[in-house]
Amino acid sequence: MDFGLGILDFLKFMEFKELISESLITFKANKVRTGLAALGIVIGIASVIALLSLGQASQRLIENQIEALGSNLLTIMPGRITQGGIRGMIGGATTLTKEDAQAIADSSKVTTVKTVSPEYSRNAQVTAGKNNTNTQIYGVTPAYFSVRKVDIEKGVAISQRDVETMAKVAVLGPQVVSDLFGEGANPIGETVRINKIAFKVIGVTKSKGGTGFFSQDDRIFIPLTTAQKTVFGVDHLSTIAVETASKELMTETQNQIGYLLLERHRLSDPTAADFQIMSQEDILSTATQVTQTFTYLLAGIAAISLLVGGIGIMNIMLVTVTERTREIGLRKALGATKKIITTQFLTEAVIITFFGGILGILLGVGIFGILAKTMSLPFVISPSAILLAFSVSVAVGVLFGWYPAQKAAKLEPIEALRYE
Amino acid sequence: MAPSDYQDKMSLISISRLSKIYQSGEVEVKALDDVSFEIKKGEFVAIMGPSGSGKSTLMHILGLLDRPTSGKYLLEDMDTSKFSDEELAKIRNQKIGFVFQFFNLLPRTNALRNVMVPMVYGGVKPQQREKRARQLLEAVGLGERIYHTSSQLSGGEQQRVAIARALAMNPAIILADEPTGNIATNQAQEIMRIFQKLNKEGHTIILITHELDIAEYAKRIIQLRDGKIIKDEINGKQREIPNSKHQIPIRRLADKIQISKFKTF
Repeated sequence: MDFGLGILDFLKFMEFKELISESLITFKANKVRTGLAALGIVIGIASVIALLSLGQASQRLIENQIEALGSNLLTIMPGRITQGGIRGMIGGATTLTKEDAQAIADSSKVTTVKTVSPEYSRNAQVTAGKNNTNTQIYGVTPAYFSVRKVDIEKGVAISQRDVETMAKVAVLGPQVVSDLFGEGANPIGETVRINKIAFKVIGVTKSKGGTGFFSQDDRIFIPLTTAQKTVFGVDHLSTIAVETASKELMTETQNQIGYLLLERHRLSDPTAADFQIMSQEDILSTATQVTQTFTYLLAGIAAISLLVGGIGIMNIMLVTVTERTREIGLRKALGATKKIITTQFLTEAVIITFFGGILGILLGVGIFGILAKTMSLPFVISPSAILLAFSVSVAVGVLFGWYPAQKAAKLEPIEALRYE
Repeated sequence: MAPSDYQDKMSLISISRLSKIYQSGEVEVKALDDVSFEIKKGEFVAIMGPSGSGKSTLMHILGLLDRPTSGKYLLEDMDTSKFSDEELAKIRNQKIGFVFQFFNLLPRTNALRNVMVPMVYGGVKPQQREKRARQLLEAVGLGERIYHTSSQLSGGEQQRVAIARALAMNPAIILADEPTGNIATNQAQEIMRIFQKLNKEGHTIILITHELDIAEYAKRIIQLRDGKIIKDEINGKQREIPNSKHQIPIRRLADKIQISKFKTF
């Protein structure tokens, strides 16, 4: 395995400049062919870059959205309940109550909590005049708006008094407003019917952006008591959101609340807990895992096109070697060793993939730029993706140039000179 | 050169009982059949013979492009059979200058770069190799055309570039294979005069040809037929043809010392 050293030896006395200028002479004579060979690499690298960036951008988007929900946030959700040896589904427990929320806020055993927001949410059909929609109904207390960082655009938020009097008032998300009243309409004072019960619209929330599961714009907020008693007829909560005093106190708070709830629910075994406490970080890592898997899958598919590009390079190099058999023979007669011939053809292959790689990176960034703009994703290019694409393109040159270069190096000078 | 003088000269090439057998299916073809001769430093030898006489095979073996089936080839007292491919490449680069029938210049590459190729492989520094390439091209009368590519040069001019290239590493031997086979007669004479001049300056030249008027530029003519030497004469005076019973003494002692020179490669 003296080959690595051999190349170094050779590069020492046959300067890089010499090799590159000789390769360029060859490329100039075969512009179309060289261009097409490079195109395979360009497309491969461009798709890897574009798809990797796209995946990373969507990940960043989700991260931003989750972070917008507040970073000092703990979410307590019902867990599974096991009765008589039968395990229920996750979130199926109905043991989380307003009293639990009150205890978290008041107990001397929990010292690090700033605000507690008990919530009950469920989907329901909502109508306003002739329009209707199906959306998430959130029974909340005033604490919700500060804990979840939801601002009021028009009108007012749900007040403590609304909760106490079980008022039939509603605060709409901007998406609901445009679904029920049309874009830009002012619904304050209008009536919406949730499960056929009339609610007076008292406010509209500010848009937080985002789509799907994490969208906070497609929601209706009503007093918690009204939601539990009047609309859905339940006693339990679906979540308790807790804002801790600081980010550093998250773990401590998590433990304090955990022990308090275990005690309140008369459970001695923490593994049997009928609730789960998740920090934003937990939620974030779950979401990240999903998008990351997706990103790698996309990049993997793109890498296949890179492989095809590499095979294209090998094909062209094999043709080149056959075409230049006489030249190889001559070079050997003039004193070129196997190492020199190998290096020469490897250099040619690597130059093609090197420049193909650069063009591919530019093209990939361009494509991603357009996609990011049309999909309103953040335009983030990771240097690691560029570096990876770059080294991969050079590696493709070495890998797929190797066999043709070896073939050239192994030609017998006499056979090569005779070749017509 | 007087015959007594000849015996004193240093032996550059010494070949004994050399055979090259090609196997084509069941049939064995003897391209070279038990050939022995010696070439001394400063000689101008023409190897003549009709096509199929084995002269090209001989030239390839002398140029270390091919290995004999049997027999011994000593170059400057070094046993060439002991060399690896890498060492052979090194010796071709430093000891042998090739001039081919079809010129074999690199396409799309100017004369200057063509002449520099052996020096690139030989590790000559960039400024030095360009300076030497210019000098050599001027010496063969192409000082004005150093930036012309092969397609912009006539056959005779291309062959002169090839001669300049052959001289690049100042080799011990210049091997010319039908150097005038593809150029016009007046240019052929010019090429042959260059070879004569080089020989007068001390270069050893081995010329392969089938044309007698070209061979007559040389001082010594070896004639081959069916892989055997049939005639070997210096300045028209026939020499004794050595055969198996009459071998040229081989000096082997220096072998190892000489080889070690190339181990640095």
